[in-house]
Amino acid sequence: MSTRLDITLTVNGERVSRSVEARRHLVDFLRLDLGLTGSHAGCEHGVCGACTVRVDDEIVRGCLVLAASLDGATVTTIEGLSDTGEVADLQDAFVARNAAQCGFCSPGMVMAAADILRHHPDASREEIREHLSGNYCRCTGYQAIVDAVEQTLAARRGGA
Amino acid sequence: MNDLTPTAIGLSREDLPNSYIGRAVSRPNVPKLVQGRATYTDDIVLPRMLHAAFLRSPYAHARILGVDTAAALRVPGVLRVFTGADLAAVCDPWVAVLAHLKGMKSAPQHALPLDRATWQGEPLVAVVADSRAAAEDGVAALEVRFEPLPAQTDMATALDPGAVVIHPELGDNLTFQRSAVRGDVDAVFATAHKVVEARFATGRHTGVTLEPRSILADYSRADGTLTVHLSTQAPHMIQGVLAQQLRMEDGRVRVICRDVGGSFGIKVHVYPDEVAVAAIARILGRPVKFIADRFESFASDIHARDHQITGRIAVDAEGRILGFDIDDLTGIGPYSVYPRTSAVEGNQVVNLCGGPYDFAHYRCTTRVVMQNKVPTCQYRAVGHPIATAVTEGLVDMAAHAIGLDPIEMRRRNLVRDDAYPFTSPAGMVFEGLSHHAALAKLLEMVPVDRIRADQAAQREKGVHRGLGIAAFIELTNPSPFMYGIGGARISAQDGATVRMDPDGSVVVASGVTEQGQGTETILAQIVAHGLGVAVERVRVVTGDTQNTPYGGGTWACRGAGIGGEAALQAAIALKRQLLQVAGAMLQAAPQTLDIVLGEVVDKAGGAARISLGEIGRIAYFRGDTLPPDLPREFVQTRHFSTKEYPFAFTNGLQACWVEVDTATGMVRVLEHWCVEDCGRVINPLLVDEQIRGGIVQGLGGALYEHCLYDEAGNLLTTTMADYLVPMAAEMPDISIGHVETPTGESLLGAKGVGEAGTAGAPAALMNAINDALRPLGAVVTEQPFTPARILRALGSI
Repeated sequence: MSTRLDITLTVNGERVSRSVEARRHLVDFLRLDLGLTGSHAGCEHGVCGACTVRVDDEIVRGCLVLAASLDGATVTTIEGLSDTGEVADLQDAFVARNAAQCGFCSPGMVMAAADILRHHPDASREEIREHLSGNYCRCTGYQAIVDAVEQTLAARRGGA
Repeated sequence: MNDLTPTAIGLSREDLPNSYIGRAVSRPNVPKLVQGRATYTDDIVLPRMLHAAFLRSPYAHARILGVDTAAALRVPGVLRVFTGADLAAVCDPWVAVLAHLKGMKSAPQHALPLDRATWQGEPLVAVVADSRAAAEDGVAALEVRFEPLPAQTDMATALDPGAVVIHPELGDNLTFQRSAVRGDVDAVFATAHKVVEARFATGRHTGVTLEPRSILADYSRADGTLTVHLSTQAPHMIQGVLAQQLRMEDGRVRVICRDVGGSFGIKVHVYPDEVAVAAIARILGRPVKFIADRFESFASDIHARDHQITGRIAVDAEGRILGFDIDDLTGIGPYSVYPRTSAVEGNQVVNLCGGPYDFAHYRCTTRVVMQNKVPTCQYRAVGHPIATAVTEGLVDMAAHAIGLDPIEMRRRNLVRDDAYPFTSPAGMVFEGLSHHAALAKLLEMVPVDRIRADQAAQREKGVHRGLGIAAFIELTNPSPFMYGIGGARISAQDGATVRMDPDGSVVVASGVTEQGQGTETILAQIVAHGLGVAVERVRVVTGDTQNTPYGGGTWACRGAGIGGEAALQAAIALKRQLLQVAGAMLQAAPQTLDIVLGEVVDKAGGAARISLGEIGRIAYFRGDTLPPDLPREFVQTRHFSTKEYPFAFTNGLQACWVEVDTATGMVRVLEHWCVEDCGRVINPLLVDEQIRGGIVQGLGGALYEHCLYDEAGNLLTTTMADYLVPMAAEMPDISIGHVETPTGESLLGAKGVGEAGTAGAPAALMNAINDALRPLGAVVTEQPFTPARILRALGSI
């Protein structure tokens, strides 16, 4: 229980060194050790997607990754993603389309949607729905979120 | 005040430049949400904060013989362990009954039980430590000795002679029973042209708010105040409850509610673990945080909708509905939930069955019984999805039985649009509904002919598609008749304070709360309209009992209709005050002036005279230049509650188009439509998304969601891999249409809309599935409509 490990990693472009308990998962590490509260713990068993963050260019479930395994890794959270402006257009589309209600899923949803923008620029509406199916939203019914992603993809392709 | 009419305040001229009512204003709250910069309760960290974790009952029913805390107290980081007796020293138990629900009974419930566990998942012992992880280690080290007792899990046998009586002092497990009777049901059913009978069941499900229940309580020994950060819908109600249970004055308890990660009724109840945390903070004089994990959410958030219903409908040869005869049974867990009680859902079934229709003979009985499962209480659309599924299921079956098209069946029976005010056989009074206009609108949206042609063509290929329709009514804008008359300290009124600051910007403080539906946005729109300022200059404060007028909060669809009207009245009062001061400054009669986009203008001609910022500067900093007796109250508060009608009912229809895979039993929703009449629409962008979200929640409950128990009362669905919720890929695009029948109870004319989607979706889905299955001779009436149930109906398994 009390086994601790020293890790050094890059979070949102900043180098951080911490001693972490072996059992500490990434989302607790971000929230409790670094004060990055944008990532949310929704289920802590890898289903809801509220803790989605980017590790070394791939999105992962922050609740299924142990912080101790991330020595040398590069982590991007919703705070970092927002600060770089990488998805400012997507976030604007979320605002315009009212694609967030309570917002607890929104950071994870934006992280997952950013993954579509990077890796699947030609995704269809059905593919967007499929890709976002690891992210639970209880409020919106999903349609506005799918619309926002679809509009952003179209705009980036120069079609809107 | 007598000249105030909706027309006089510009609500019939929605295209005025300074009108925000009816406009799709985007929510200023969204940027922080999508940037991860919101502040939920778990994001708040206080100095010397402790964390609580709970040992929860592993048994549905057991006597607690002893708690050995020694090993737990040796866990590094653990400070204290609290049992029921420890907390009872500072915290009184509660009993959840309402006086107007005659004969209702329940037992006293403590923050932590004294000697007996009555459902699996009930919090029994609290461990407090310097981290949540250490607190959980402490819980694991607790040694509690139990004597397992027989559990009453089946609602159907809860009233039998051999039942386990959960609270022996109550005599039996019957919490509440009520019948509504009108006309001569037995005679009509004996002689009717056609009587159709069916059994329905709705599955026990729960809200699954993505943000779990969250509380951070802090007690100051210096001034005797308890400050509670809570994810809640009703800050003032909780303030009163905590004050009462902890023997404090209301004013010594402050409830602060920052961003809330979903509520849906889940967060409007009193939970024993949350009260325990407040009591522990009171004892320790330190901040104590508790955030439910997902297991705890499934095992201790309220459940709902666990009903078994037998229903009959009688019709004449032309398809006119003669009567409904309904018998409802529901199991609510071992305690009625405080302070709303767990009898209201069954009571609503009695109030709402047959609601959209004009018929004369009605009998509906609900029996509400206790069982050793998670307590149930009000969850989004309370009773409506049950009543609508039973009503619309029976109406469809009757139409089929006499060979009438289901749409024509409804056209013949829906209450006429010119029949209002109208009192339903259940005794509900409707001020003004629009069933036929809504049906006409729905038929403009749903391509029925094309769908029927496709359905026939697909059947040739062995593909089974179906179209279902459901009419519904929804209870919104509740008056004190909902809870207040029963003795509950649940406020039906709400207040708003509107203040102009020196620079001409405006702050609104409201007793209603924001959980993502857009309350703060519509309040800003309403005040911007009522006062005559740009919406960007209006800031809204909610969720703080110390800084907002007393109000009921957000439940039963009252934010816009009640809180919105209070804000409108306060804005109008402030405008009148500002124009009086402007008149004195400009030497003009106030009634010749108006305020448009933050400028005082001449009503005639519209010439700008003075800005609100300049009025603010003079009044706040150079008051010496104004006439000494001129009032300058740039802060106005108004409170509002409905007076004429106990509730503002809304109405609507939904249609659902599905494909059923008869080999696998899987249902795919292809398309869904809803027409809704929520009175005046303040922000169509927000209203449409409220309805869509509600529909998806209704579809989830009808397709996937189910809290499953074994016979011993063990909850089997405690992860999101077991309790399935709708995800993006399963859900269809949803089309929304509106009819607007404003309520005359208020200037604003708004009714509620948050529960309409959930009220009607399960019924429309059920009728669609049965339309698809009809050629195969199969019918499903038990929710959720899982593949297994559909295959069983088809005789495949």
